[in-house]
Order: sequence, then structure tokens, then C-alpha cells
Amino acid sequence: MDFEEEILKNDEKAIFELRALYRKYGYTQYKMSKFEEYELYARNKDFLVSDEIITFTDKNGRLLALKPDVTLSIIKNTSDVPGAVQKVYYNENVYRVSRSSHTYREIMQTGLECIGDIGAYERYEVLMLAAESLEKIGGRYVLDVSHMGVLSALFDESNVPAEAREKIIRCIGQKNLHDLAAVCRTYQMGKGILEKVSGLISLYGPLDSVIWKLRALSGGKAYHDALDETEEVCRMLESGGCTGSVRLDFSIVNDMNYYSGLVFRGYLEGIPSGVLSGGQYDLLMRKMRKKSGAIGFAVYLDALELLEGDNKAYDADTVLLYRDGELPDAVADAVRKLTGEGRSVLVEKRMPEHLRCRRLLRLRDGRIETVEDHG
Amino acid sequence: MKTMVNVALPKGRLGEKVYAMFAAAGFECPEIRSENRKLVFRNEAAGFSYFWVKPSDVAIYVERGAADIGVAGKDILLEYEPDVYELLDLKTGACRMAVAALKGFRDDPEKTLRVATKFPHIAEAFYAEKCRDIDVIHLNGSIELAPILGLSDVIVDIVESGRTLRENGLAVLEDIVPVSARLIANKAGFKFKSAEIEQIRRGLEEAVKA
Repeated sequence: MDFEEEILKNDEKAIFELRALYRKYGYTQYKMSKFEEYELYARNKDFLVSDEIITFTDKNGRLLALKPDVTLSIIKNTSDVPGAVQKVYYNENVYRVSRSSHTYREIMQTGLECIGDIGAYERYEVLMLAAESLEKIGGRYVLDVSHMGVLSALFDESNVPAEAREKIIRCIGQKNLHDLAAVCRTYQMGKGILEKVSGLISLYGPLDSVIWKLRALSGGKAYHDALDETEEVCRMLESGGCTGSVRLDFSIVNDMNYYSGLVFRGYLEGIPSGVLSGGQYDLLMRKMRKKSGAIGFAVYLDALELLEGDNKAYDADTVLLYRDGELPDAVADAVRKLTGEGRSVLVEKRMPEHLRCRRLLRLRDGRIETVEDHG
Repeated sequence: MKTMVNVALPKGRLGEKVYAMFAAAGFECPEIRSENRKLVFRNEAAGFSYFWVKPSDVAIYVERGAADIGVAGKDILLEYEPDVYELLDLKTGACRMAVAALKGFRDDPEKTLRVATKFPHIAEAFYAEKCRDIDVIHLNGSIELAPILGLSDVIVDIVESGRTLRENGLAVLEDIVPVSARLIANKAGFKFKSAEIEQIRRGLEEAVKA
């Protein structure tokens, strides 16, 4: 390839690195159109990050949407093949409302889905690819792992009423122990559930530092089954070399209507919001009348420009100034000479305002003179 | 080099009280007390920096990672719902969000209730739970004027002692939620600085209990 890696922006580098990574494990690319039927999203609004969708009517009078999500389309188009697993990755633009600016934005998203007979190996492979994705993008990362079954087991054990569950889930998501205590008081729930959920919020970190205390929080079978599944995948990740950066953190809560198993989020140092989000969403598959399970994740590439590497010291490498009267052939010769040396050259009659360049050259009577050189 | 924790403090009376709590917990930055126009105060040795921010902006600085932690009132957190961790109730700046109106006001459920407020999201959520149809009038200050001048039927606002209301012939109709200062943290920053942030949280928790 005839260009240097440094001209690629962080999100472009990530796309290529991640594509190579996913293909290494046999994932094939899923390509889709910009538009989907609006109905697909209307029926599954809670699954979406934001329920504000750009819609328009097409020439046949159908209500279409600029896609806010890729997973739903992938599920819609899979077939249930018992015993088999379909593995796809994607790199698509999605259209969502930004939480902060409250305006629609086009967001580059990449990710993968593993659909079918999901077992321990498949869970491990997807989490391993999530960890590797973060590592490839670069810098220090943390992959937080949680399991919705742990929380629902605790709720069921203590017969927590549905109204309270939503409020408790919000407190867990905020690591908010004081409001959690207030909710338990309001709904007159026993000290037991408050202690267990407070324990869940406070116990986070590498597997070995928290697993035994987590196990001690409750004796229920469903609770331990969910912890077993979590421990199994984390140990496999450890033996695969992902020590230290994979942590348990139950403040990761995804909608219980869609996720009943593992859920996880990835963070990169230097980026203030999570860049990776995923989970096992068998319940969504059921909702869409599919019999098999599914696990996957998405990587939000628009945040990557905040990472180091996207700050250029110079807008241009070399600027070559020429005057009226200079022969155009002489200008072309000079440019060929400079680009032949591997330099990039911007030819101008006047130095553009606010432009920073490494070298400033002037062409005078066919000869190149150096005006400035920052090395 | 020690990991720096960046702390956004709300400008004003609450911020002074909160800084005093940080100082009592051992997280001092003496420079902050001197009269100057500086905006950022660093204590490199101890590993933290403070900056003063408009109270309603603290949550934005924390949510976007410009600050790792900050102190914001529960009213701001309920109104803007930033995606942050809420680690501690500092139990200071205590007041409450309430519905108030002119003394003797009677709500007619057949009419749309006109509600003046600085907190439209809180007001809408409160009345939605009661399935009450309302017309929200979003104002930026001196909310008590609205019912006096007939701009609104009621107001949804912060009430401390209730003196301002009483002096203007208004009375609290209903309490919505208690409000106090909360310690919040950026979720991603927390992942990489959890030891340092937990240390600050524990220190403040002791200061609150004292």
C-alpha cells in the first residue's frame, strides 16, 4: 500500500485492525443498507441506546428509518440452524441523538455478533475478541464484566416488587448506596436484600479479589449458576493472557427484558465514556421469534479522536511558494523533485493564514530556497 | 508521578462548605484560599486539583471527563440525569424540591395546570406519575414571581427555610424530593483511578459522619 500509517486517523486505524482481528476468527462481514423499516425499531425501542430515530417515507409509501442500530437487522435476517453458530462482524454508520448536544449525529460503529448454539467457548471467544479489540485500539483499557442473572437471582430470592426493581437497578448503575438504602426503606424491604445489593455494588475488581466475597453474599442456586458462568469465562480469559484488565463490576446493568446473561463494557484511558458495550441477549432473540441464543458487542469509533495520535503537529509538511512570472514547468519540476524525496508538498502563491508547516520553501528563478525549516 | 484526580467544585456558598469537607478529610490545597483569579488549583504532591465551576455545570465537567469527580446538588442530577456514578451523599446544602403556590390556591383537576420552574424535567416527571396534564413554563430565576403575577398556577422550585415563599404570600403545597450535595464520578475515569477516588470517598464519608 502506497501510504504511511500515520495519515490514518484513530478510527480508520481501528476499523482495519479490528477487521483483520475478526476475520482471523472466521467472522464474515455483514453489510446493510442505510435504511430499515421503522417498524423494526418501534417494536424494540427499549433495546436501542436512544429512541429518537430519523424517519422518512420512501417512494412506495413505507415508513423507513436511518438505522440507529445494526444488531436488530442482523437478528432479523438470521435463520435458526440448530447446533450451528453464525459469526458476523460489521462496520456501519448509525444515526442517533447525542446525549449532550441533543442533535442527531452519524456515528461510526463496528462490532460483531455470534448467533446460534451459544456455549462456554462462544462466550469466551466473544469476550476475548472484546478485550483484544480494546488492546488493538491502543492504550490502557478495562473490560468490566457483569451478569444480569446474578441480579435477577437476588431479586427473585427476596421477592423484590417490580416497581422497586427498576429503582434499585438505577441505583446499582450509579453505584449509589445511599439512594439504594432509601429505596429499600420506602418499599419496606428487609435488611437482607439491602446488604446483598450493597455488596454487589461495592465488590468490583479482578476476579480473584472479589469472587469469594461475592459467593458469600447468597446461597441461591440461580445466583451461583450465574456466578459460575461469569467465573468460567473470566478464568478462560486469564489463561488466555488478559490478566489485570478484565474486572467484575456489577454496576453494568442492561435492560433485563433483553439481557439475561453476561453483559460487559470496555473503557480506554483518555476517553470519558465507554467505547465498547455488549452482552448475551437471548431474550431479545426470543422476542424476535428466534430459537437460538446470541452474544455480541459494539465499538463506538467516534470517541477515538480523543485519543493521542489524532493531534497533528503540522497541517502540511512542505509549503512551496512561487511568484507570478515563474515558469509553470519549473514549478512542476520542483514539486516532482520534492515529492520524489518522499515529502508532501502544498504549492501556493501566498502563505495561507493559520497554516502550520514543517518547512517553508520559495521557488525563485527555478531554484528552491529554504525560508524556514522546523526539522 | 502520582495519579492526579481532578475535582470540580461548585462556585458559591455550597462550594466553600464542600471544600472545607475535603480539607477536613485531608485533601487540602491551601492555594485555593488566597485571593486570586486562578481557575485551577493543583496539589501535585497529594495528587489532586480543584477548579471552581458554575454549580449547574459540575455534572457536565464530570460526565465528559474534564473532572474525575465533582460535587453537584441532587436537583441538578435529577434535572439533567448525567451518566455518572453517585458515590456519596455529603448531607450538606440540604433543602427540598417542592410545589408551591399562592396561599389558598386550589387546584382544579379539570384544567391544565400551569407550572413555572427552573427544573422542567423534574416537574414533568413528577406530574407524569400523577397523570396530571401540565403546561411547563421554563424560567431561569425569581420563580416565585410567576404565580404572584398570574404567569403560572404553581411553581416547582428549591425550598430551604421557606422564608422567601412566606414573605411573598406563597406556601408549599407538596414536597417532591429532598435535595443535598452529592459526590459524583466519571464512570470511565473511575475505572482507572478507583483506588484514589475510593480514598477520597472514604475520607469524605468520615467527614460527613463527624
